[in-house]
Amino acid sequence: MTQAPNRTWADSPELAPKGKKAVPEGLWIRCPDCAAILFRKSVENNLWVCPECHHHFRVSGLRRIRQLVDPESFEPFNERMTPVDPLNFVDLKPYTQRLADAQKGTGQNDGVQTGAAFIKGRKVILACMDFEFLGGSMGSVVGEKITQAILLAADRDLPLVIVSCSGGARMMESGFSLMQMAKTTAALARFDDQGGLFISVLTDPTTGGVTASFAMLGDVILAERKALIGFAGPRVIQQTIRQELPEGFQRAEFVLECGFVDRVVERSELRSEISRIIDYAGK
Amino acid sequence: MARSNKQSGGFSLPFEQAVIELEKQIAALEQRDNAEDFAPEIETLRGSRDSLLKKIYAGLSPWDIVRVARHPKRPQTSDYLEMMCRDFCELHGDRRFGDDPSIITGLGRIGPYKAMIIGHQKGKTTQEKITCHFGCAHPEGYRKALAKMKLAEKFGLPVVTLIDTPGAYPGIKAEQRGQAEAIATNLREMSRLHTPIVCVVIGEGGSGGALGIGAGDRVAMLEYAWYSVISPEGCAAILWKQANEQSNAAAANALALTARDNLANGLIDHVIPEPVGGAHRNPHATAKDVQSWIVDQIRQLTRSKPETLVQRRYEKLRGIGAVAWQQPQISASAGH
Repeated sequence: MTQAPNRTWADSPELAPKGKKAVPEGLWIRCPDCAAILFRKSVENNLWVCPECHHHFRVSGLRRIRQLVDPESFEPFNERMTPVDPLNFVDLKPYTQRLADAQKGTGQNDGVQTGAAFIKGRKVILACMDFEFLGGSMGSVVGEKITQAILLAADRDLPLVIVSCSGGARMMESGFSLMQMAKTTAALARFDDQGGLFISVLTDPTTGGVTASFAMLGDVILAERKALIGFAGPRVIQQTIRQELPEGFQRAEFVLECGFVDRVVERSELRSEISRIIDYAGK
Repeated sequence: MARSNKQSGGFSLPFEQAVIELEKQIAALEQRDNAEDFAPEIETLRGSRDSLLKKIYAGLSPWDIVRVARHPKRPQTSDYLEMMCRDFCELHGDRRFGDDPSIITGLGRIGPYKAMIIGHQKGKTTQEKITCHFGCAHPEGYRKALAKMKLAEKFGLPVVTLIDTPGAYPGIKAEQRGQAEAIATNLREMSRLHTPIVCVVIGEGGSGGALGIGAGDRVAMLEYAWYSVISPEGCAAILWKQANEQSNAAAANALALTARDNLANGLIDHVIPEPVGGAHRNPHATAKDVQSWIVDQIRQLTRSKPETLVQRRYEKLRGIGAVAWQQPQISASAGH
């Protein structure tokens, strides 16, 4: 495997997110769930989970990778793949401007990081989506990087782990984004035919075209506690049916009850959960 | 937006007012006892109506096209089944939960071919529209479609899908029964189905709900259909922060949702032209053209071995996307 030119990404301060934050800034932070005032460092050392109530803060793709893999073991792929604006899309802002802002804010080219890594000594192909990059939306780059990750897992006969965190398909690439659903799932069909193991990890939130494509096709599907998981967003559903939504609707526990995820897990258990499944099902 | 009007069945498109006036005059003359005496005048009026329609339809904006695609008189799957299909034998149920009327599935003959035909149904009467959720399918609809596709594969029949949905149904029960899983599974299974799949977007191609029966070997759109990742209203509400006439039109424009745009972007294979004034003005001519395109595709596709079809279908999907590389050089690739 080729050594990636830049291995300092994980802790490099200049790549630390500066834009729209998943994790609040400041020395002290307030848990949005239990309202406890928490020392930032103590939350950080706890995998960004509230030590009081176990609320799982949303984490960036880079933090996620750092939390999940064995130290220094991540070798990124396709870091230089970058989005284009195939439709010259302009809403209140041009898409190119939105991309530039997101790239500046996150230090990333687009909303997913892919690579090879070890999880508790087991080699995997890993993809982690980044909600901080335009809501983790899937455009051509996300679709292509996920597809290449799947095909690489097939090629190298390795387990595939995709950590989803996305609002769905990216509107600004319209039909191109929509077709990434078909592309990623077609690649998964090949991986499946080959007997590959795909562990899909759903985190808060996983909705829309990402749920309706690769995220729901894991051989084993894990969901972080209380993660919002669904096809349509709760607001859209509420507007359609004009009723209050039931308590806990579309949360990981609810989706498990409905039969669409295998296990709801705490973030602290994710590494051992993944490696355990690999031991049972991986090659 | 919609104004009551007898000549076009109680609905008219805002950009068609001048045409409606002409049609009123024609109808008035035709209703006279001595209508034969006015034959030349009627002919002239028809001529001017046709050229006016041609002119209007040549200049439709994307948002106008969305309205045509939603015209209540636009032919639906049930109409196409009647017009282009002999001996249709509907097959119900997903064998899991129920039978979703918003996707019709069944066996039928199209031209010389036997096929499994699958299409969204919006409903015509108010009652039917409610039963069909206005063409928004539940998970059992997508599972029914997949079950019938597998049946087609087993018996070597080509699959024909007719796409016409604002989107998959967004509701509590749809979520409980796994809307996302149902669509995802369809996408995966369609990509490796060992039989030809031919798809036509006949009206609305609303996002994952459309794609859920739309990942095929050949995909066409009718000239005034739309196909996109989200409806213009949904897009306007999110990106323009409000859905009104202006923002809807701007979103429709930005989303490149027309048949021509989708063809130019390599996301579909063909545009089937509609009769002057849209499919709703001449359903039979439309059905004839849809049928002949489908028959041509089946003829071509059945020449290939199923393994070859699956490989080509995969390669086609594999190629879709537009990305670049940050230094040293830039290369963009669009789909086929």
